[in-house]
Amino acid sequence: MMKIAIASGKGGTGKTTLSTNLAVYLSEKMPVVLVDLDVEEPNSGLFIHGELIHQEDKFKIVPEWKSNDCTLCGNCREVCNFHAIVQLADEIMVFPQLCHSCYACSELCPTDSLPMIPEKMGELREFQAQKLTFIESKLDIGQEQAVPLIEQALRYLDENHPDVDLKIFDSPPGTSCPVIEATKDADLVILVTEPTPFGLHDLKLAVETMRELKKRFVVIINRYGIGNDDVVEYCDGEAIPIVAKIPNSKAIAERYSRGELLFSAVPEFRTELDKVVDFINALHRELS
Amino acid sequence: MKEIVVISGKGGTGKTSLTASFAVLGGQDVIVADCDVDAADMHLLLEPDFKVAENFYSGVIAKIDQDICTQCGKCAEICRFGAIPVIDGKYIVQPLDCEGCGYCARICLVDAIIMEEQNVGDWYVSTIKTGSTMVHAKLGIGAENSGKLVAKVKNEAKRIAGERQKDLVLVDGSPGIGCPVVSSLSGAHFVVLVTEPTVSGFHDLERVYQLVKKFGIHAGCIINKADLNAELTQRIRDFIQVNKIEPLAELPYDETFTAAMTDGKTIVEFSDGELQKLIRQSWEKIKES
Repeated sequence: MMKIAIASGKGGTGKTTLSTNLAVYLSEKMPVVLVDLDVEEPNSGLFIHGELIHQEDKFKIVPEWKSNDCTLCGNCREVCNFHAIVQLADEIMVFPQLCHSCYACSELCPTDSLPMIPEKMGELREFQAQKLTFIESKLDIGQEQAVPLIEQALRYLDENHPDVDLKIFDSPPGTSCPVIEATKDADLVILVTEPTPFGLHDLKLAVETMRELKKRFVVIINRYGIGNDDVVEYCDGEAIPIVAKIPNSKAIAERYSRGELLFSAVPEFRTELDKVVDFINALHRELS
Repeated sequence: MKEIVVISGKGGTGKTSLTASFAVLGGQDVIVADCDVDAADMHLLLEPDFKVAENFYSGVIAKIDQDICTQCGKCAEICRFGAIPVIDGKYIVQPLDCEGCGYCARICLVDAIIMEEQNVGDWYVSTIKTGSTMVHAKLGIGAENSGKLVAKVKNEAKRIAGERQKDLVLVDGSPGIGCPVVSSLSGAHFVVLVTEPTVSGFHDLERVYQLVKKFGIHAGCIINKADLNAELTQRIRDFIQVNKIEPLAELPYDETFTAAMTDGKTIVEFSDGELQKLIRQSWEKIKES
């Protein structure tokens, strides 16, 4: 069994293109689960058309003030490191967006006046498209924290699909906490970049992050042919394998714009995707 | 003073290339803030001198003093983040899992846990090639509190603009809809939405616009790569009209974006033609908005 996270420092480099094409292509031969963990802006679902088989709201647990026995002692406000609790003249106000669900205010309240209750933060949907299971998690607008929803999507995956051989995660961009959450259980992280100064700069940040996490990672260059050779030279210098180079092509961009998959229609894309598949198969044999 | 924030929802739409172009067009009149602190790229085009560099401390992380710890396990029991596993018979806090709530330190019976302030990144005040000032930052690996660093960068830019009596603060925002974007938007006077006519570009535009609406900020929109997909460009035009978003420009699919970046230049410095004319016109509209 293997978990592969598709990530990148810079946004818009082709994470979703790679995740969806790889997942659908591989699912022609074996059962695959694709999980979209870019919960702020999930896009994989625009490329995958399956049957909706399950849908549920996702909640985070936050305190709710009950005035009954509260003595307004101020302990809750004091223990909250996230400033999610404010004490007014005769009431306690909770700001759920700021709450990290640590339970300190609730469990340390001498009068049990802050029971923890669920608050909706997003939705999870599961689709089936032939042998591909697709799980999408989407954060509600106005919710600020992506990490709790990513965590719950991963838990849903473990509970409902523990035995599927291959799991692919479409991860959020960047290097901060959501990326850590989305990649921390992966056996392999594929960093997608483009051969431009922005692509290189953000790739270096992503590489630093993966090294810090002690993750095994490889690079795929998208839009190969634009920009310059600096990304290739950097990867060579750092001994980072470049598994595939997807050519720059307006035809690919146009198909992508319409929400179409590429591997059956664009031969030069499929050639590169085959290299990724070969790499994954080899790693799979090595790990099992 | 007017604060203009450029965001896109989706990454890779050309947001930073356009913001940097506006910074050059605005010259001495604008103070620039790069609030895409997670993957800041604007410095690659604007040649900042990193003159002032400061550490940014925000939030705390638990640390257990092993000499005092009695291994009672209470901290691990109450930690909702699973951040205190037992390793070689000792309770050790995992920094990347610890959210800094401090619950463990409060309930530790022997006061073995201290909460250490965390350096989550660095921020800089630079003179850039236009002669104006840019405030920018670099977030540490896996750091929390990127929203707070965004607020720091923006507030510093506003302070400098006030001090030097500049009328405009130009902010490059972050992707997504989470805390860094919320932080970028708060207090803004005008939002520039950069999008592209792809199913994902449009989807993300709709989501991020819902957030902008919550803030009640007036917005304008630039459709980049507008000739990539005529049908979606039309749908975006309709969306803009229905929501009373100001149409700022429709830019062609043009590899000048990449060529200029590769040369370390903004689009308006790199060459001059129809694309640059459209960018200049949209900057005029943004200034007047």
